[in-house]
Order: sequence, then C-alpha cells, then structure tokens
Amino acid sequence: MSQVIHHEDHYDAEGSKIGMWLFIFTELLLFGGLFLIYSVYRYKNPDAFHLAAQELELFGGLFLIYSVYRYKNPDAFHLAAQELDTTIGAINTVILLISSMTIAMSTTALQKGQKKITLLLMVTTVVLGIVFLVNKYFEWGLKFEHGIFPGSEHMKTTLSQGEILFFGLYFVMTGLHALHILIGLVLILVAYYRITNGTVHANRPSLLENAGLYWHLVDLIWIFLFPLFYLIH
Amino acid sequence: MENAKHHIVPYRTYLFILIALLLCTFISIAITNIELGELTVTGALVLASVKSFLVLTYFMHLKYDRPYIRIMVAFVFLLFIAVIVITFFDYLFR
Amino acid sequence: MQVSSPISQQVSYLEYQGKYKGLLGWITSTDHKRIALLYMFSMMVLFIVGALLGLGMKLELIAPGKTVMEAQTYNAFFTVHGVIMIFMIVIPGLPAVFGNFLLPIMIGAKDVAFPKLNLISWYVYILGAILVISSVLFGDGTPDTGWTFYAPYSFKTGTNMLPAIFGAFVLGFSSVLTGLNFIVTIHRLRAPGMTWSKLPLFPWTLYGTGWIQLLATPIVGITLILVALERIFGIGVFDPALGGDPILYQHLFWIYSHPAVYIMILPAMGAISEIIPTFSQKHIFGYKAIVVSTLAIAFVGYFVWGHHMFTAGMSNTSQYAFSILTFLVAIPSAIKVFNWVSTMYKGSINVQTPFYWAVSFIFVFMIGGLSGLVLGALTANVYLHDTAFVVAHFHFIVFGGTGYAFFAALHYWFPKMFGRMYDPKWANTGWVLFFIGFLALYGPMFYLGMMGMPRRYYDYLEQFHSANILSTLGSWVMVFGLVVIFVNLFRSARNGAPAPVNPWNGKTWEWTVPSPPPVENFDRIPEYKEKEGPYEY
Repeated sequence: MSQVIHHEDHYDAEGSKIGMWLFIFTELLLFGGLFLIYSVYRYKNPDAFHLAAQELELFGGLFLIYSVYRYKNPDAFHLAAQELDTTIGAINTVILLISSMTIAMSTTALQKGQKKITLLLMVTTVVLGIVFLVNKYFEWGLKFEHGIFPGSEHMKTTLSQGEILFFGLYFVMTGLHALHILIGLVLILVAYYRITNGTVHANRPSLLENAGLYWHLVDLIWIFLFPLFYLIH
Repeated sequence: MENAKHHIVPYRTYLFILIALLLCTFISIAITNIELGELTVTGALVLASVKSFLVLTYFMHLKYDRPYIRIMVAFVFLLFIAVIVITFFDYLFR
Repeated sequence: MQVSSPISQQVSYLEYQGKYKGLLGWITSTDHKRIALLYMFSMMVLFIVGALLGLGMKLELIAPGKTVMEAQTYNAFFTVHGVIMIFMIVIPGLPAVFGNFLLPIMIGAKDVAFPKLNLISWYVYILGAILVISSVLFGDGTPDTGWTFYAPYSFKTGTNMLPAIFGAFVLGFSSVLTGLNFIVTIHRLRAPGMTWSKLPLFPWTLYGTGWIQLLATPIVGITLILVALERIFGIGVFDPALGGDPILYQHLFWIYSHPAVYIMILPAMGAISEIIPTFSQKHIFGYKAIVVSTLAIAFVGYFVWGHHMFTAGMSNTSQYAFSILTFLVAIPSAIKVFNWVSTMYKGSINVQTPFYWAVSFIFVFMIGGLSGLVLGALTANVYLHDTAFVVAHFHFIVFGGTGYAFFAALHYWFPKMFGRMYDPKWANTGWVLFFIGFLALYGPMFYLGMMGMPRRYYDYLEQFHSANILSTLGSWVMVFGLVVIFVNLFRSARNGAPAPVNPWNGKTWEWTVPSPPPVENFDRIPEYKEKEGPYEY
C-alpha cells in the first residue's frame, strides 16, 4: 500500500524567529569563548597587550605612511600611524553600523510592500559588507608583510609572549568574524533571490528578517572587537 | 497559530538609532585617547554595551517582540558573564 | 482527552512508502520516528565499537605489565573509547533516539518544528563519526590524548589529532541543532490545552537539555578549533612557551564538558520519571519539584566545571567555590530520587522489565552520585584525582545513569516503536546478567582507586591484581548480558506478539496512538482537557 503524505505549508514565523535567535545564541557563545580567552590573557599581560596594539598600528601605519608621504618627522609619523590604523578600525565599525541600519530598513520596506527599495537596501548592505572584507584583507596583508602572522618566526624572536598572544587572538577573532560576515552575506543574497522570485514577501518575511538578525549578530561581535583590539592606546 | 501583523518600524527610527550608534562610536574613540588606566577599558566596554543594547532592542526588534525572547537574550548574556566571573576566581587569586 | 482509534486512517511509519523505496526512503525521510531509528541503529554500531575497545582495555588490565597490547596502543584504546562513548553515544543518546521518537507524540504534534533540519542533524552526526573513525584508520597513529584532548599534549603529539578534533566539532554541531529543534518544538507545537504545567516530564527534560546543548557546546567548539589552529599555525593560545596557559584550556574544555554530563543525565531522569509512575500505577510525586529540579540542575550545572581541575593549579579561592557549588548541584538530583521513591510508595507495582531497569538505575545512580560528592570534597579529591575511583564514579553515573535509563526506555517504548512485545523472560535474564556484570566490572574500581591505582595506565602494581581480575570477568558477564538483551530485542521486533495500543496503562499521549504509530502520529491533533497534570491514575 503506497500513500504519499502531503504536508500543508507549515509557515510559522514566530517559530523560525525563535530558531534563528537560538542559533544566534550559539554564535554568541562561540565568540564568547574567545572573549573569555582574551580577557584572561589581557589580565595577565596588560602591558604587552598595549604594546602589541601600538605595534599593530605602527606596522599598519608604516607601510601606508611610506607610500603616501615622503618626508616627515618621527613624532608626526607615529601619531599619524596610530590615527591611521584606529581610523581603519573606525571606518570598518561605521561601515558595519550603517549596514545594520540598511538591512533593518529592508524589513520595513518589505512589510510596506516596497520591493524595489527592499532590494536596494539589501544590495547596499552586501556592498558595505564586501568593503569591510576588502579593508580587512588589506589590514591583514600589511601585517603579513611585516612578519606578523600566526606562527611566524619573526614574532617568536622579536615579540614578548603577551604580544604574541595578542596577535594570535587578533587573527583568530577577526578571522572568525570575517568568516561570519561571509556567511551573513550569503544569507542576505539567498533572501534577495527569494524576494525576486516572490517566495519572500510581506506576508512571508521570515527569511529576510532572520537573515537580518544574523547580520546584526555579526555587527554585535564587531562592536566588541573594535574597542578590544583597536582602542587600546 | 496567530498570524499577527506585527508592528512596522518606521525608517526614521532606524536612522536615529544609527546616529546614536555613531555617536557612541566616536565618543569611545575620543575617551580611549585619554589615558585613564583601567577606566579606559571599562569606558570602552560600557559604550560597547550601550551600542549592543541599541542594536538588540531596535535593529534586532527585541523591543517589539514578545517578552520571552528578551528574557532568553538576557539569560544568555548573564550566563556568559557568570562564566567569565567564575573563571576569574582562578586568575584573580592565583 | 481524545483517544484516537487504533485503526488509523494512515499507514504505520515503518511501512510507509513515499517518493523513495526501501533504504533510500529511510535515509531521506524527515519523519521524526524514522530519524530516531536512524540514530538508534548508527549508535548501536558505534556502541559495539566502543564496547569492544572497552573489552580490549579490560583484557589488557587482567594482569600487570603488557598483556595483549603496548602502552601506546592502550592510550589509543582509551582515547577512542572515550570519544565514541561520550560524543557519539551518551550525549546524543536519549534525545536523539527517544526524544526524536516520542517528543512530538507526547505533546500532540505531527513532527518536530524543523523536520528537514532534524534529518540534517543525523547526516552531520554520521559525518562527525566518520571523521573520528578516520583518525583511527588513516594517518600517523590513533589519537592518544584521552577524550579530553588536554593541551599542550594535544597539539604536540604526533598522532592523528586533526580528524578527531574536527570530528568532535562536527558532532557538536549535530547536538546543537537537535537542541535547537526541540526547544522550538516545545515552545511552538504543543497541542491546545497542553500548557507548560501539563507537559509530561520527559519533554521537560528534553527542554532543559536542549538549552544546555545550545549554550555549552559552542564553547568546546571554539576550544577544539583553537587546538587545531595551534597544531597548524602555532598561535600560542595554549602553549606555555608562547605565553599560553594550559589550565585555560582545561577551563574552556570543562565549561562545556561538565554541562555535557547534564545533557547525558537529564533525559535519562526524564525517562525514569515516565516509567516509574506507569509501573506504580500512581501519579508522580511532586511534579513541580521535578520540573524545578530539572531546571535547577541545568542551570547550576554550568558553574561547577572546576571540580575536574582541583589538582591542576587553580587558585584556592577557585577550588573552594567550585567545591561548594558542586555540593549544591547534588541537591536537585537527590530531590528527584526522593520523588521517584515516593511515587512508588503505596503504588500498585507492575513488575516488568522497564521497572527493573528503573529501580536498578536509582541504585547505581545513587552510588555514582554519592561517589561524586566524595570527589567534590577537596581533601579527598587530592588523593583520588586521576585514579580508578574517578573511572568507577563516571561509569556508575553515566553508564549506570544514562545507560540503564536507555535500556529502561528501550523496553518501555519498544511496543510503541515496533508494534511488538519483547520476550520478558529473556529481557529480564539479560538485565540480571548485565547488572551483575556491571557491578563486578566497576565496583572494584572504587577500591582500586582508593588503594592508589592510577587511571589511563596499562600497567599496575601487583597488589591491584585480584581486583582487576574480578573487574575483567565482570566485563565479560556484562557484555554477555548485553548480547542477550540485543538479540532478544531484535528477534522480538520481528516475531514478538503484536503490541496493543497501551500495554502498560500509561497516561501520556504516546499511549493513545497505534503501536507502531502512523506517519503523522495523529489523525486529528488531540486537545488536552484534563484539569490535572499527566500521570493521573
């Protein structure tokens, strides 16, 4: 005897929202473990962390300053260098904050039935996310060029243990965060596709709302990463 | 199951929240330029917490959701803080 | 309460043929009952592997010195035995099999909240298992760190750690997704009239367990990733040479792995809380107390992890704090034992196989729990840490706890799941053999630990010899009991007497649907109309 069961369309917006929040909790705890490690090592190596953060700026600034300016005095260079890398971090922070606003606005637009505006806002979010990743790529590239990368001999021979830990955590945490930005972008693109083909709309907004929640999570993590790595002077 | 049409947040609200977030960001950059020792970290983290609160409450819609989700979020944060505090029972007193 | 007709409009979940036929129909099914069986059969295979490893270890320990294997092999044996038993058997254990099968039916739903995610969880589980097994079969030697993967050895050892580490990570994902699914299911899919205060106790424990799975697993996830990164890149986060703290690894590992034991035991307690009222034909004593103690165990369980680390080098303050918290977390467990015993008091006891398992569960669980208090006391712990006493403790409480509850649940719900009755004589014989073997296998380890025999060593001093012989003999009797139990269940699934809808006169909703249940469980979603909670006789 053969029977095919036809399931009615089980659309439960509240249920899928809870599901996404629960998943977000796991991501919070995942990064939470890293923040725990950061807080322990910063507590144990406060000066090394300060020093490393300054070097982070120094190396970043070194390259940029050299390529932009030809002549300067050491103090101005140092100062500019510090400002420059905090600047990159701040720019990235602003980028993510704006992108959070745009994706939030897109849910309003969807509910109002403003399909074109919804899609525009989503594209803006994705573009901002990509710019963030490009900035990150250059930031990391600069460090690699100066011998600052996980397991580098240069670090082991020239830096103190606290500084090595700082950079280890820096790469792991910003790297894992960048991976999550990628995931978030993919989710938004999937939602984009589903809106264009009509499966996501004002009466069935969950995919966009949940993609938005995930994106805000990525923003939340950066909100804490920024002061902990870029605002130690 | 209810299919309640939930509250539509105006664009303006999101814009104001962004402005508040940017303000907090610039304040935290400014105050960390001042050497206050331990207070610098605390200040930066307090501002980061304010920013998180704004993102959670408005962008992530918690203000407009039913209370049990807020309770869950608060519970998760508190649990995490408790775990950090207990871990520091080790490191603070070694 | 509506009782649906045993002659359902639908075909049973075992016989249903949808788009795909045969085995393909099973591994593509999103039916929670089929997924439960998929888990059950995969876990059975893996359990046999883990048990054989255990038997191998006991065989090595039947005499001092080298008996059948080198020290390095013994290290590999106890490592893989632990990884399989912990990550693939007892953590998924009851939720994946009985949670999946029973939860929707017990709350009056047709399936879980996210059926496709449920199937994906099983695939993820299989992938994790394959990764771990591959670490044994390929590469530079089977992992030898113990299932605890302690740093710095876990990133210094030349053995094949990465597949094992990634395998454990992937298995964690499966656990998280199951927990997520169950939490949403319980929030959203309870039938009309089934309020939280009418929810049966097994679903309550699945709810608490789901939160632990959700919130604790990511911590070990990130920790394992960091060990992998340490092996590949040398970032230094746990390497003392680069400023890292190995004790921080232990903190992070146990921040998950202690709550993990509550993942193991809460659903077990939930199953026992279902079985005892049914076989006492009496309402559960203190429903509210059991619910509150379930949540209390889940909550306080997050704060006791340091009791695995008393001798590691933590601060004294830390040691005191964890010891006190450990004693506190024992209280809600004890409350449950009182509730179970009080339920049986003046009940009309129906002495059947599940009841034997439930009562022996209480016995071994108490021994395990009380020995935990011994270990939680700082002065005793200094002496007993890393001895055979610890091994006895966790086998009594995990194998004794989760294991016995699993067998209790298996016999209890067997008629419902397979539509047939098992043979009670063989079932009880199996239980007797298993119980005697279990006590003979693990009991002596308490003594050996107190006398100073270390754990994870393949050799020992001559004075420990006779107790070890008893222990190894116990392992053979116990495994023989397991064989009897499994053969009986397999044969009964094929040839057993057809099972009625409600063979035990249970009161929860799974006893109102046909045995075995139809594909969507109910022809019509029931409505909970009783004024009282479940278990009213």
